[in-house]
Amino acid sequence: MASEAEIYTALTEMFRDIFQRDDMELTPTLNARDVQGWDSFKQIEIVMASEERWGIKFRTRELDSLQSVGDLVAMIGRKTA
Amino acid sequence: MTDLHWLPTVSDWRQRQRALTTAMPDPWAEAVSLANARIGFVLVNALDETLRRVFPTPPQGLQTKPIRLAVLGSSTLTHLLPAIRVAGVRRGLWIDAYENDFGQYMQELADPASGLHGFAPTAILFAFDAWHVSAGVTAGMDAAAAADALQAIVARIRDNWRQARASFRCPIAQQAIMPLHAPLLGNNEHRLPGSRAAFVARLNAALREAAETDGVDMIAVDDRAVRDGIGKWHDPGLWHRSKQEVAPTAAPMYGDLVGRWLAALQGRSFKCLVLDLDNTLWGGVIGDDGLEGIALGQGSALGEAFVAFQDYARELSRRGVILAVCSKNDEANALEPFEKHPDMVLRRGDIACFVANWSNKADNIRAIARELNIGLDSLVFVDDNPFERDLVRQELPMVAVPDVSDDPVGYAAALADAGYFEGLAVTDEDRARTGQYQGNKAREALKEAVTDLPSYLRGLEMRLIARRFDRVGLQRIVQLINKSNQFNLTTRRYTDEDVLAVLDDPRAFGLQLRLLDRFGDNGVIAIVIGRLREAGDLYIDTWLMSCRVLGRQVEPTTLNLIASEAAKLGATRLIGEYIPTKKNAMVRDHYPRLGFAPHNEVYCLDLRDFTPAETFIDVVEE
Repeated sequence: MASEAEIYTALTEMFRDIFQRDDMELTPTLNARDVQGWDSFKQIEIVMASEERWGIKFRTRELDSLQSVGDLVAMIGRKTA
Repeated sequence: MTDLHWLPTVSDWRQRQRALTTAMPDPWAEAVSLANARIGFVLVNALDETLRRVFPTPPQGLQTKPIRLAVLGSSTLTHLLPAIRVAGVRRGLWIDAYENDFGQYMQELADPASGLHGFAPTAILFAFDAWHVSAGVTAGMDAAAAADALQAIVARIRDNWRQARASFRCPIAQQAIMPLHAPLLGNNEHRLPGSRAAFVARLNAALREAAETDGVDMIAVDDRAVRDGIGKWHDPGLWHRSKQEVAPTAAPMYGDLVGRWLAALQGRSFKCLVLDLDNTLWGGVIGDDGLEGIALGQGSALGEAFVAFQDYARELSRRGVILAVCSKNDEANALEPFEKHPDMVLRRGDIACFVANWSNKADNIRAIARELNIGLDSLVFVDDNPFERDLVRQELPMVAVPDVSDDPVGYAAALADAGYFEGLAVTDEDRARTGQYQGNKAREALKEAVTDLPSYLRGLEMRLIARRFDRVGLQRIVQLINKSNQFNLTTRRYTDEDVLAVLDDPRAFGLQLRLLDRFGDNGVIAIVIGRLREAGDLYIDTWLMSCRVLGRQVEPTTLNLIASEAAKLGATRLIGEYIPTKKNAMVRDHYPRLGFAPHNEVYCLDLRDFTPAETFIDVVEE
């Protein structure tokens, strides 16, 4: 399974690509309200890119409950376990 | 696969994308280059953002007509626009894209004061979602009601086309409807008149027919979804969440389908397929394996795969794509299968320009373009060898070089998926084209052109691993000794026991040389056997090399190794010999080229005067 550190490393590169900000750092509490441009489309990009990156699929209920980077990391961790 | 698998992976892509600015010498060329890398939807979006900042208006000196494309549809299309714009740049097109307000395409078409009319498109794409066009269709319908519904939606869509044409007088494309409805009956779905799945299939057929009558082009996402699987194109969860019918992950491919349509409208589709021979059209090396030794035709899966690829190439030529050959071979060897092999599908007459020699392929491809009198940017080059592909990409960035593996089963799909030869119509002239080129062709020898080879070789980061003969390498050593015909100075054949004898002989050495570069391991590519004779003479009994690594300075590097091995045995002079055969004309001047002097039928090199050549290859002695 992917370790939490590995997930953070991969997600950081992904977020930097999606938001085109090389200085972006991820924390567990980071969420859409904190980041300029993190709208529903970017949210979908993050989800799709994660699914592609780890070869996983999120369920509709899981996506509805997604609030923060910490939630995403935990969910990826569970699905790759 | 919805990823752009035929494009090469570029390792420093991110840095180059971040560094793209107007301050660069030729930012547009850099943009085109970045768009021609294998990137997923996230990086496509990133590139689009940069491109829109750097090129808010068409770049100066643009060779193509700038395009204002309106994408009109019924669902969310915003996420497709970056991929369409980047696909344009991939083909040298600058595209400004417009999307109607959600669901408002009919109002905008009708209203001269709308944003659409203000945008004044020069091309229009209609992209309706499957739910929109099948609204009202239900399993309770009888055949007559379903037929009426079909007629009504076709009439409405044609009316959209008419309105668009009347207002904007520009090319129009209709995206086929995505086949995403779940079936109700099953295998015999077509028997249920009100089936939405069957309805969409019938609608796509009807739209194609109407498009023929009305002069509208199709964007065949339905065919594409069949090839890739609808699950790659459509995610029901996303549809419910954001009304994105095409999943963002499929956007790069969607954009490319649109981009190739727009390029074809400007006559910018590729026109000529340039083919390598050895391990591209047949398995093996004709110069070494001979007519009976190459893998081609019935009897092996590999042989049949090469036949299938040849068949695809011939079918392309029959619809108007010009075929050419660019091969490192003696011309006589290269022609032999075309003339004599019973399983060859392609014949000499199918090839408009046939180039087989030992010059570098970039120069030969330039010569092919000159001879056929077409632009380099209309050539697609297929070669199984990553070294050759990278050389051509670096020297001739305008030539399309699909990233194929060494497995021929993927070659046709790579060409088809890349859409290089996108055609909007087929004429009788297309079908006769190869014959014309063939007739006009003067089969003169190709002149050598100049290419900046040193910088290329330096960038290859080559390493030559030199090992004395050993038991681990025995099989490969014996195989090379008995198989190599072309680059083989003496063509002496040896058995396992002969090779083991060298291993134990204190007055001889055997070298097996492995070449690595940044593309990977080429394996053992050269064999040398040296034998000490009287009076400090070291006789080079065997020197052979795989033709795959010609032109990469392996020869002088090998000579350096021979000289050092000879010195260890106390030799002061090297004796080389060339024994001519039918196949080894290419090494006739091998020893003079390396500075040996002719002397009584053999060649000599005095080791006391010898200075090792400087090459771009690092030698590792193990």
